[in-house]
Amino acid sequence: MSKLVTDVICPFCGTLCDDLEVEVSDDGKQILEVRNACAIGATKFLHSQASDRIIRPRMKQDDGTWKDVSYAEAAKYAAKILCEAKKPLMYGWSSTSCEAQATGHMIAEQVGGIVDNTATVCHGPSLIAVHDVGIPSCTLGEVKNRADRIVFWGCNPAHAHPRHMSRYSIFPRGYFTGKGSKSRKIIVVDPRPTDTASLADYHVQVEQGRDYELLNAIRVAFKNGPLPDVVAGVPKEKIYEVSRVLKSGRFVVIFFGMGVTHSLGKNHNIDEAIAVTSDLNAYTKASIIPMRGHYNVTGSGQVLGWQFGFPFCVDLSRGFARYNPGETSSNDLLLRNEVDACFVLGSDPGSHFPNKSVQEIYKLPSVCIDPHMTPTAAVSKCHVPVAFVGVEVGGSCYRMDNVPIESRKVVDPPAGMLTDDEFLKLVLAEVMTIKGAA
Amino acid sequence: MTEILIKNGFVFDPTQEIKGDKKDIAVKDGKIVDKVSSSAKVIDATGMTVMAGGVDIHTHVAGAKVNVGRNFRPEDKLQAVYEPARGVRHMSGGYSVPTVFKTAYKYADLGYTTVFEAAMPPLYARHTHEEMRDTPILDQGAFPMFGNNWFMLDYLKNQEYDNAAAYIAWLLRSTKGYGIKCVNPGGTEAWGWGLNCLTVNDPVPYFEITPREIISGLINANESLLLPHSMHLHGNNLGNPGNYTTTLDSLKIAEGVKTDNKFGREQVLHHTHIQFHSYGGTTWADFESKGPEVMDYINKNKNITCDIGFVTLDETTTMTGDGPFEHHLTALNHLKWANTDVEVECGSGIVPYVYSKDVYVCGVQWSIGLEMALLAKDHMRCHLTTDHPNAGPFTRYPRVMKWLMNQESREALLHTMKNEDKVRDRSSLSSIDRELTLYEIAMMTRAGTAKALGLADRCGGLGIGLQADIAVYPFNPETDGNDAEKIEWAFGNAVYLVKDGQIIINDSEIVSNGNKKTYWVDVTTNPNKQVERDISEMFTKYYTVTEKNYDVEEHAFMKNPFVIKVDATQ
Amino acid sequence: MNTVTITITKQPELFIEAECFSPDALAGKSADAISKLPIYIGKTTETVGDYFAVDGNAGATAAETKLVIKGDTSRVKYIGSKMTAGEVVINGNADMYVGNFMSGGKITAKGNIGHFAATSMSGGEIIVEGNAGNYLAASYRGDWRGMSGGKITVLGNVGSDCATFITGGEIVIGGNVDVHVMTHADGGKVIIKGNAKSRLGGQASRGEIYLFGTVDVMMPGYAYSEDVELEVAGTKAKFAVYNGDLGERHPTRKGQPIYAKLYLKK
Repeated sequence: MSKLVTDVICPFCGTLCDDLEVEVSDDGKQILEVRNACAIGATKFLHSQASDRIIRPRMKQDDGTWKDVSYAEAAKYAAKILCEAKKPLMYGWSSTSCEAQATGHMIAEQVGGIVDNTATVCHGPSLIAVHDVGIPSCTLGEVKNRADRIVFWGCNPAHAHPRHMSRYSIFPRGYFTGKGSKSRKIIVVDPRPTDTASLADYHVQVEQGRDYELLNAIRVAFKNGPLPDVVAGVPKEKIYEVSRVLKSGRFVVIFFGMGVTHSLGKNHNIDEAIAVTSDLNAYTKASIIPMRGHYNVTGSGQVLGWQFGFPFCVDLSRGFARYNPGETSSNDLLLRNEVDACFVLGSDPGSHFPNKSVQEIYKLPSVCIDPHMTPTAAVSKCHVPVAFVGVEVGGSCYRMDNVPIESRKVVDPPAGMLTDDEFLKLVLAEVMTIKGAA
Repeated sequence: MTEILIKNGFVFDPTQEIKGDKKDIAVKDGKIVDKVSSSAKVIDATGMTVMAGGVDIHTHVAGAKVNVGRNFRPEDKLQAVYEPARGVRHMSGGYSVPTVFKTAYKYADLGYTTVFEAAMPPLYARHTHEEMRDTPILDQGAFPMFGNNWFMLDYLKNQEYDNAAAYIAWLLRSTKGYGIKCVNPGGTEAWGWGLNCLTVNDPVPYFEITPREIISGLINANESLLLPHSMHLHGNNLGNPGNYTTTLDSLKIAEGVKTDNKFGREQVLHHTHIQFHSYGGTTWADFESKGPEVMDYINKNKNITCDIGFVTLDETTTMTGDGPFEHHLTALNHLKWANTDVEVECGSGIVPYVYSKDVYVCGVQWSIGLEMALLAKDHMRCHLTTDHPNAGPFTRYPRVMKWLMNQESREALLHTMKNEDKVRDRSSLSSIDRELTLYEIAMMTRAGTAKALGLADRCGGLGIGLQADIAVYPFNPETDGNDAEKIEWAFGNAVYLVKDGQIIINDSEIVSNGNKKTYWVDVTTNPNKQVERDISEMFTKYYTVTEKNYDVEEHAFMKNPFVIKVDATQ
Repeated sequence: MNTVTITITKQPELFIEAECFSPDALAGKSADAISKLPIYIGKTTETVGDYFAVDGNAGATAAETKLVIKGDTSRVKYIGSKMTAGEVVINGNADMYVGNFMSGGKITAKGNIGHFAATSMSGGEIIVEGNAGNYLAASYRGDWRGMSGGKITVLGNVGSDCATFITGGEIVIGGNVDVHVMTHADGGKVIIKGNAKSRLGGQASRGEIYLFGTVDVMMPGYAYSEDVELEVAGTKAKFAVYNGDLGERHPTRKGQPIYAKLYLKK
């Protein structure tokens, strides 16, 4: 006999689908099947079932080989490097629960760490833009129920957020959108002819790196102002047409991704896109939503916000919280040699950061807490495997629209395996011991 | 258990009509008792003022929009010193939107022990609870918003009052909410299309119901559910010149409605931040106070309470479930604007705002709040709030007390205003020489608010058997008189604070994070299959989370949940 | 005026945060007292004397104090931060936050200065003989009130995001400038003697940019209005004037909108 667990939350991307059904063996130890999830989400669940999974913490030896250690020894090492460092970087926090994040922050407060999450290489520029101009936004259900104009700018949900289009943005039939995709006009702005673009009523092929100029031109077009003949590779007639389509909508939503957050100008592109959204509210209703990546990067920003007042790049080294991306952001810190220890949990900078930053992590005392063997684990001095959040332990997570959902435990972790939060509590206790002794 | 004896202070307790008598207060097992043994810890309150712990009926300190406020205003942190961790305290910062830690420490310094979050979007309830859970010291609760909820709009339009009540009970249970909040009824739903409802008669687009019917329906549902708190209203047309007529129309809806509850609550309607709703004139050019008209109505109608929402003349952050208002505000001051519309339920907006004493409109807003509080005849029904952080941060309560208690301080400020004559001309404040007493302040800040919340049997007073929430302020009513600066300093710097019998502040230093509770209300209603079906259908079709994932679980998201059970099956 | 000379004697492994390197913090202090002032490296507190040699006593007030910093201070932050008066001379390079929130006095940097210099500067003067980094004279994150007064002259090049949210004051750039100049400006003036890349005056409602060199990509929101003959920073020339940012909201005077202006040398 097997059991069916329903209403399971998918711990992969910021879409945070909460309608998965997972069939588990009667003893609750094995996942047999994952339903309703996209291919990536299903794989995430099945990964936890790998027979060659690393289940014990390991320290790297001088000869480069790994030696198994206990969780207690790993926690001691982590506490030691954090306490001894003058300015430790504590990075990641996006693939874990809010509870674990909060415990991590208490460690950071004690050791004067810098807490930064994956927004630093993802939607950090969006957060900076929000500081400058705010953000008129809405929950994804508002999109489903009301939106008749959907813009995907520099993002490709067909691949990155596979169920986004069917659950929220293009196809669903909502309260005021009974005809589903027929109720909506889709605009995709992307230099590439993506699979998402193939679904669009309008595909605007912007010249790469000129999004700011195109967004600016749309704002001028809203006011029927004069435009050069071609902006960002787009003829002005098309810009006027797109602006008319937007203004004629009853409820416009702009979704945007890394194509604009990490091309030339970064936060300024988002700033101008938000300005486009704000402008539209003078004519109709409009919202803008970032396509957040990791399933709980949003939650990391929330917990940091209510505990320290800033959403990422939080520098606690001086005994109070400071914030300035450009200085207190992980890559700036690593590339400028500003930190002297590195603690990673819930992300894989080894894959996401520039090579020079990864080299710096390799040089520093370092711990990587991750269920998988990742490139970050490979360059770290200590690797601590933990239970999969959202599969083997529950916890609070925040969707890309900031809606909080409690993720569920579906199966038991391998015997003796700790969760993120349990391991962090060990580290915190060790830190308190070291500080008490000092 | 610990025993405490607070000796020899000047006690102010409206619940027992104690007006500054020298009295000892004894505490045992977390409660106030008539006497304790000789081994009790003695707190010498000689020459100091003793009151029950403060109870805030309306403040924005936890949840989605508060956190947007924090995260989108890094520059707000520059307005105050970011305090390092020490002892039991975490690092704490922020000015108009402080972190959860600073919120707790500052309220404690003000002698407050119970604080109600005034607007909880149901879909974001889990977030509100996570922040309240992480806020030390303070007992808290939150009001979920109902005034634009599609279920309510449908049920009330069809006059299905039983269904409306059953749904409210279900939502309070699901979100672990405390009472019924109604923000800009119908207006925020209209804002889903970029529209608004500015009077109680403006129909809500598509739903064919008026704000009047929503307000009336929610008041009646509240009474049929026998809830501890009354319907808590933020009316239509907030912040606009001439809005006092809408306010009076809204208040009149409560006429003739009688209370029905076992909690000692006497009002059927609490109108919040009434200052923002008492404006005359037709534009900002002829803007003027209609505070006296509105307060006169409230004075005469005993089934209404209000809190003021005093403008404190600071740089602050406005945040409200009134989405269209914030859009209107950003168009006025051109500062950054955040908005979140919430599927099926409500919305919210956030805009920074600089209340300058040299801008005449701000000066008049400041005058209106004080004018209304000074014209109030019953301060058990007129409460002190700044609608934190909308009209100013709660940390300014002591300054508001100073203005209320000392006419000279009001005059001194008026004197420094750039548009002094114009400000004086637009309200009656200059002609009022009333100065409130500490006894009246105690009504406005604990006795009255606790009673209106239906918590008079737990807090807000110092009677035997009440929860031992006690603040001791360094203010000697015999020798300090109404010394303005002394008032402002003393009521922001409690020397001792006891909560649930535990010492939180000892000799002006926070020594414990206490054992905070979270109140919520669980109402039992008659089984209602129709509502169960409607809820399931709404989740299947229109929500983007499943019904099972909507419920806020006590174990994970609340610290010391304290359930108030109500039986409304009759 | 008294001169205090601070010479770096030891390079830190990480970076030094030295908020006390301003005439205001030094005023009234002897060399000995100055060498005991705290500086910060990460979470550790050390003293000025641990890393610097101090020579000379400060004047009684900031205005009577001149601070001369010698040696390679490219790993020292906050030089001249929050200064209100007096003078600072940096002989080598300096890291971030030079003249951060400065309201008066004068800073001369003979080398390069790092990012976030002159954040929300409200008065005084900064002269940089080398280059300046990104976010020169920008506002602090989230603040809509950036540089409001004072003058900055950079002989070399300037990074990106110069003068974001500027409301007043003047910046003269001798060399080239990276992207995003005077974004969200509501006043103020930036003169660029060299070349610019793109995004001049984006989202600006008021303010003036004078460009002597070339611009790679113009903002679509700027429209040509006229040619004018002007003397700018000592040079007489003919400029083409563009009004913008037309996508942005603009204040009006006597019913006429006021625009930010972009002057391109012809």
